[in-house]
Amino acid sequence: MALLEIRNMTHWFGGLRAVYNFNTRIEPGEIRGLIGPNGAGKTTVFNLVTGFYTPTEGQIFFLGREITGLRPHQIGRLGISRTFQNLRLWTHLTALDNVKIAYYSQIRYGLIGAFFNTRARREEEERIDHEARQLMRMLDIDQYAHRVVSGLPYGIQRKVEIARALATKPKLLLLDEPTAGMGPAEMEETMAFIRRIRDQFNLTIWLIEHKMKFVMGLCGWIQVLNFGEIIAEGPPEEIQRNPEVIRAYLGEMVEL
Amino acid sequence: MALRKALTPLLHWFRTRFGHVPVGAWLLGAAVAAFLERLLGPDLAYLLGLGSVPAIFGLSIILKTPSLIPSVLVFVVLMYVIPTLVVAWLSRALFLWWEEQLSVPVYVFLHVLFLFLVLYFWSQVDPYRLLVLRLLGINILLTLSLNLVNGWMGEFSVSVAGFMSVGAYVSSVFMVWGFVHDDVFGPPVFPEFLAPFAFPLALILAGAVTAVTALLVAVPSFRTRGDYLAIITLAYVFIVKSTVENLDFIGGPRGFMNQPEVASFTVVFIWTVLGIWVMWNYVTSILGKATNAVRDNESAAEMMTVDTRKVKIVAFLTHAFWSGVAGGLYAHVLGYINPSSFDLRKSAEILGMLYLGGLNSVSGSIVGPVLFMFLTEILRPFQLAKWLVIPVILIYAMIRRPRGLMGFQELRIPFLTRRQQAKEEARAYGVTGN
Ligand SMILES: Nc1ncnc2c1ncn2[C@@H]1O[C@H](COP(=O)(O)OP(=O)(O)O)[C@@H](O)[C@H]1O
Ligand SMILES: [Mg+2]
Repeated sequence: MALLEIRNMTHWFGGLRAVYNFNTRIEPGEIRGLIGPNGAGKTTVFNLVTGFYTPTEGQIFFLGREITGLRPHQIGRLGISRTFQNLRLWTHLTALDNVKIAYYSQIRYGLIGAFFNTRARREEEERIDHEARQLMRMLDIDQYAHRVVSGLPYGIQRKVEIARALATKPKLLLLDEPTAGMGPAEMEETMAFIRRIRDQFNLTIWLIEHKMKFVMGLCGWIQVLNFGEIIAEGPPEEIQRNPEVIRAYLGEMVEL
Repeated sequence: MALRKALTPLLHWFRTRFGHVPVGAWLLGAAVAAFLERLLGPDLAYLLGLGSVPAIFGLSIILKTPSLIPSVLVFVVLMYVIPTLVVAWLSRALFLWWEEQLSVPVYVFLHVLFLFLVLYFWSQVDPYRLLVLRLLGINILLTLSLNLVNGWMGEFSVSVAGFMSVGAYVSSVFMVWGFVHDDVFGPPVFPEFLAPFAFPLALILAGAVTAVTALLVAVPSFRTRGDYLAIITLAYVFIVKSTVENLDFIGGPRGFMNQPEVASFTVVFIWTVLGIWVMWNYVTSILGKATNAVRDNESAAEMMTVDTRKVKIVAFLTHAFWSGVAGGLYAHVLGYINPSSFDLRKSAEILGMLYLGGLNSVSGSIVGPVLFMFLTEILRPFQLAKWLVIPVILIYAMIRRPRGLMGFQELRIPFLTRRQQAKEEARAYGVTGN
């Protein structure tokens, strides 16, 4: 059974067709790529999968269960998490609190526990604190635990965002342009990092990239989106040679 | 500048001598001072030609009759400064020892107890002080609970006066119907001596009913964000006011009185501490911190499994509940309420306290009302000037500290900070500290 399956998904923003007849199956353990020029509809696909929008048409299945129309926090609980193209951290909070809050749905102590500081709450928060620090240590960001995130370097903020996404214990992690704003050296590092977390956390990863070079080295299967439609899909070598893909990217050849 | 220069050596002397005196010792010193004032204050005030004990450290006396400054200074030094310094100094070792011996909750409880004694003795001297302190407790509950919505959640609600009103009327009706011989509600339903024991129930009922009415506001408001909540809570205040004005059995515009005297200083103090404790617990829990996540980025909160709608409703209903409780206390402290006690001016006053103290801060929600009331009370003799001076001070504070005095930070209490650090070190090394 595929981990994620999307059937004939179409989405309209008013008169704008952002995604048209999108189909895919993602198998467990994959690192899947979604590429395409700016404005092609890539982020919209992620927003549809994670429940920020309900598709105008089509269905989405996760682990065989239909998730079309669920709210994002419900989809998050089922095991899909993501990062955002432009960081969306909780800027007034510390890095550690950013990670801890993502344990929200795993908390059992309830409102009574929160208001009256019961023993159950203290024990559970102690455990989450421990787990969150361990997670941050695995991503080499534990030394920033008590820093307010808005003051951290950009690269660290990206890692905090990934740590936060991992705290929800996802099976499928969606990364929206994880290398945005990075130089070539950092990109290499990020590729290794993504592979590492895939193995360490048993993840399936679906990532959006604008820069083709990055996905080429990382993904086994790539889909190319242009004006909301898949214009090509296949293994990286094939995609690189595909004339239609090259044409779609023509305006942005430099990036290729 | 000259004043600051003159004070520097004094401050230096003070800091080297008293810098390490624990908070608890100061509280004990103040408790002793307040106790002494209760015993000797009236006589000393008479000797110094002050007439009666200066109500709030003589500050409004000084402003009104500057010729009394020397007498007031002597009174303050003899009555407050010397006893506090001496006792604090002498008892410092005791508190340092307790700090080592006692668990954190017990030690904190001890501080609350001493604080209670300070305020209790201080309030016994003068009915005016008693009234002001009880209103202060109520204002702290209102400010802190409002801070959940305007600070932690980053929305803008102005319904606090409306919530107070609902709480005040619900608790009053319950208490008068149950425990007072009243023209409208007839003879008491229960024996009158039970009134003090039923009062907590009345307050919880007041809070609960207020929260239910708040639900009617919350459900439509929290589907979207933005100015919607400000507008609908504004409407709420007006709706409550005109509803009460049109209900004849609770007095309509004439108001409602005869509340039994059940809101003593002790009762108000206990409810205030309870409210602070409960709300502190909430905002320090992960469930509560999710409120910050909703404020800072709602869509990210949703994706990170936070049920943002629930988080928003819980914050708003907690605000409503505690404002209802505070309204119930208010009604029984004053023994009389009318619909205009709870108009927008009341909301504005609480908002003033909130923004003075600072958003997203429990300490700020205490500091704000304390300072605000302190100012309004010492300026009370200057009726009109008061309403010139206070806004100027508020504006100045806003310019100097736009987030409020304590915005987004908490007061550091030395012994708690020390405990926290020890715990933090243990955790950083991967040991699960307890
Ligand atoms: N919330 C929205 N409302 C209206 N139009 C949108 C919205 N989000 C995206 N779009 C439009 O949909 C198209 C696809 O956007 P997007 O998915 O962000 O592209 P990509 O991530 O591939 O750069 C763009 O034309 C964009 O302007
Ligand atoms: Mg995008």
